[in-house]
Amino acid sequence: MTGPARLSRSGIALALGPALVVVGLFLVVPLLLVPIASFMEANPWGGVRPTFSVEAYVQVLFEEDFTGELIFNDAYPRIVLRSLALAALTTALCLLAGFPVAYVIALQPKSRQGILLLLVTVPFWTNLLIRTYSWIMILRDEGLINNGLEAAGVIEEPLRLLYTNGAIAIGLVYTFLPFMVLPIYAAIERIDRGLIEAAHDLYANRRAMLRHVVLPLARPGIAAGAILVFVPALGSFIAPALLGGGKHLMIGNLIQAQFGASRNWPFGSAMSLILLAAVLAVLLWQAQRRRSGAWQP
Amino acid sequence: MSETVRMSPAQGAAANRGARRFAVGRIPGFGAATWAFFLFLYAPIALLVVFSFNGSNSATIWSHFSLDWYVKVAANSDIQRAALNSLIVAGVASTLATALATFAALAMVRGGPFRGQQLALSTLLLPLIVPEIVIAIAMVIFFTGIGLSLGLGNLIIAHTVFCIPFAYLPIRARLDSLSPVYEEAAQDLYADNWRTFWHVTFPLLAPGILAGLMLAFITSVDDFIISLMVGSAGTTTLPIYIYSLIRIGITPQINAISTLVLLISFIFVSLAWLIARRSEASP
Repeated sequence: MTGPARLSRSGIALALGPALVVVGLFLVVPLLLVPIASFMEANPWGGVRPTFSVEAYVQVLFEEDFTGELIFNDAYPRIVLRSLALAALTTALCLLAGFPVAYVIALQPKSRQGILLLLVTVPFWTNLLIRTYSWIMILRDEGLINNGLEAAGVIEEPLRLLYTNGAIAIGLVYTFLPFMVLPIYAAIERIDRGLIEAAHDLYANRRAMLRHVVLPLARPGIAAGAILVFVPALGSFIAPALLGGGKHLMIGNLIQAQFGASRNWPFGSAMSLILLAAVLAVLLWQAQRRRSGAWQP
Repeated sequence: MSETVRMSPAQGAAANRGARRFAVGRIPGFGAATWAFFLFLYAPIALLVVFSFNGSNSATIWSHFSLDWYVKVAANSDIQRAALNSLIVAGVASTLATALATFAALAMVRGGPFRGQQLALSTLLLPLIVPEIVIAIAMVIFFTGIGLSLGLGNLIIAHTVFCIPFAYLPIRARLDSLSPVYEEAAQDLYADNWRTFWHVTFPLLAPGILAGLMLAFITSVDDFIISLMVGSAGTTTLPIYIYSLIRIGITPQINAISTLVLLISFIFVSLAWLIARRSEASP
């Protein structure tokens, strides 16, 4: 296989080197600085003081009361838990809404699949901020839903839709739906149609066919989609900032605030590590399942 | 079913077969769910565009058609500056990222298996795995730590890094589907590596490179959180500007700017898609 088109070792290094240096220097090195910053003292004017401190980690669970004693503070664990819950809810809703779409597209004639997939992906390539803003227009007190319901005489006072956890969930689902549809589509599209026809011929009703033929074979796609939705949803910033009213509603907002108005970089770094740890745990768990063959039907 | 009863048995069987092949695998309700899905995906965007043409001050109560908000956008020098910043950052960063990604993809595909290949791939795709907010704060710590403040330069560095995987993936896909025979033929004819690349590989790879460039460009234009954190006073890009407007209050002016940004994305995605599809047909 050593055809003449293969690059020499120095050729590989020369071609691959620049990209690796850029990502290494400007992403890997910065990421390695995050744990270091988390063990330093906060500079109240921003940045860190080069003094060792575990203050940032203490702060995750405790706060000092006025006598200087540490008391348990559940504010930050609650934000972490809310983020996990919202990300899980988003994943479940995306699966529920995305699976039928992936299935329908996969069973279309090839010529029509391309354009349908483009329609699924276009929103992904449009501005996330703008897409989230469009939900403010719909959900707010003078928004389209409330105006519509008031005009129809169903309600007299506007319903509180914006700045709720539900609004964040809608925004997250809206953001990440394409991530769920595409891998499930890819998995279903590979299923031999003969299997579906065989199930039909053997008098399986549609539900049995779905449960015993399609679902087991689509499982790798579902798992991939769940990861692609859950991981970015967990760290998202825009949906909670705009639809949740901009308080510290999810980890991403909490981290951002530490590097903005709160000026507590070590604490922000510590929270970033907690977020990274959660993401890594999910990825490793998934890799473990794949290796142990739990995906295979 | 009642229709088939009235037909002759042969006709009925034929119709039945046709209908059955169509119906196999069809799940009742899934079709409706798909329509609802696309409505959910596009209705908010459509509403946003519609209200950008609203004559009144409200972004949610329709009065009459007008282009006033677009006139205001065109006359707003802050928006022009933000748009210029966005274009500079996205133009430079996507070009750099695409150049880096092209050579990286060549090494990964044409280099054959080599030690550390998996690690190299993971590194190239790292920006896709690490949550954006973590990338943002890591870069803030890094730039502050080494005291680098180049204004737009910092933003360009940051964008180049996270655009690399978006440029890499379509280029890699194109390269995977390219048979190496053309390059081998060139080398048989004593073309050196560089000439082979420039006269053979590059033209064949061009659709993938162009698609990668466009996807990197819109990824950069759309970026919000990293630009927000890494940016400084003079580096407001369009999404940052739109965010500050939303915080002040909802007006159709936001809809008008948003519509223009959406238009750019739509054009670029469609072009990238058309190029990729056309190139599937060619060698």
